[in-house]
Amino acid sequence: MAPVSTQNSSLPRPVSTAWIRSPSLERLAWALGSLLVLGLLWQIAADLAQDQYFPSPITVFGVLKREIAQGELFAHVGTTMVRVALAFALAMFIGSAIGLALGRFKTADRFFDTWLILILNLPALVIISLCYVWIGMNGTAAVIAVAINQIPNVAVTMREGARSLSRDLAEMAQVYKFGAWKTFRHVIIPQLAPFFAAAARSGLALVWKIVLVVEALGGSGRGVGYQIYIAFGNFDVETILAYALAFIAIVQVIEFTILQPLQARVTQWRR
Amino acid sequence: MAAVVERDLKNAANSVAGDATISVNVKRKTFPALRDRESQLVLSNVAFTVEPRSFVVVTGPSGCGKSTLLNIIAGLDRDFEGNIDLGAGGDRMAFIFQSPRLLPWRTVYDNIALVLPDGDPRHGKIPEMLDRVGLTQAAGAYPERISLGMQRRAALARGFILEPEILLMDEPFVSLDDPTAQSLRQLLSDLWHRQPTTVLFVTHDRGEAVQLGTRILRLSAGQASVIQDAQVRLSSEERLDRAAVVREQGRIFGQS
Repeated sequence: MAPVSTQNSSLPRPVSTAWIRSPSLERLAWALGSLLVLGLLWQIAADLAQDQYFPSPITVFGVLKREIAQGELFAHVGTTMVRVALAFALAMFIGSAIGLALGRFKTADRFFDTWLILILNLPALVIISLCYVWIGMNGTAAVIAVAINQIPNVAVTMREGARSLSRDLAEMAQVYKFGAWKTFRHVIIPQLAPFFAAAARSGLALVWKIVLVVEALGGSGRGVGYQIYIAFGNFDVETILAYALAFIAIVQVIEFTILQPLQARVTQWRR
Repeated sequence: MAAVVERDLKNAANSVAGDATISVNVKRKTFPALRDRESQLVLSNVAFTVEPRSFVVVTGPSGCGKSTLLNIIAGLDRDFEGNIDLGAGGDRMAFIFQSPRLLPWRTVYDNIALVLPDGDPRHGKIPEMLDRVGLTQAAGAYPERISLGMQRRAALARGFILEPEILLMDEPFVSLDDPTAQSLRQLLSDLWHRQPTTVLFVTHDRGEAVQLGTRILRLSAGQASVIQDAQVRLSSEERLDRAAVVREQGRIFGQS
């Protein structure tokens, strides 16, 4: 009998406690519990401090409710989301292309490696300022500035992926006459997928943070970054925290519903 | 059973158009100089022809250039002086490598199916092939989750599903325990008798060479060339007999 590893579903299981055994639900329960405790500590600290610049969670949620009711929150979050999506897509596409080219062609890699290190070490603020000066104070400049910040990170990760492509499997594909498309789809892509997923996750984490700074500096009047900037001008801590909370929630939802399942899928064949 | 094998043999013989004799002539193969060593002559005047449907074992000491020779014949290594003529079967070639080289992110079934063009009628023969190599249960498993012996069975199935005219094999049974290696040799022998094809099999194991091959080519160590070309005189039954194999091994290689 072949020792194939398959889940044995025929084992009887106590139904009532089955959900506790589910690792993702268990993690969720822990996360919710710890968040609850954090909120409670925050509330107590705010009650003790009695300071208008240190609002309690209840006050912040009140502001959040007000902003949602007025439709302000969704408009600004929507604007920022579109910018994030565009900058992210742009950075992933261009960064992957550069990374793969450098990983495959040694001469190009030797030459452009210095450039990559240069851009990698260029402060985000410098890139943002130059984009606004050269392109103009508009949304396009904001998207491009965010993308340029992220491109070198994606390129470095994808270059690593291209360098680690298996020669053994390439030879196998050649001998068995896979052809270009089949080789790409079944041999190359699966090897690059984990690198792409890693670049996407770390990339998104960076893009979220930079996009707010870009919006704040741009003064375009729209977007979460600009709202936080205005609130900062009024020392309006409640609004700053309300927008921050909304933003964190959305990022986490995307992380759990799209990025983590994606990463799990591309690595499911691993032992 | 014997009748089926005989009919298959005839079909196979009829399906070959033109001359399927392989002729190999490698005048010189060198490895280029690297920083820490000078350029190295690996193969020197290795020339032989292979009759269709013979099982030729290329043997010789480790590192003598056997695998390099196989890579040249497969077209994976084109940096050599000489020429290779694969005859009529050149476009139907399978290669079973030293490591199984399965795609870890595709199931056993998909690994086998991928070597066939889409819509090819041979797709219908995959279940039968899986059964023959004993992998029906593991068809949906990923390669890294099955044993090395099973991975090598999958590699055999992948090679044979092509119904190749030429089958190249590079020490396909190394790093297995003896019983597993022996059962895989038996499996290979069965598959080959059902689907006779021209085999070039590289190994440094003399017992394996004698047990499987109909002809043995021996390469010398260093600047390898063919130093011996011997027919194996064993019947199918004798190949299963340990003593007979050892005797024939002694006859071909001497008692050393």
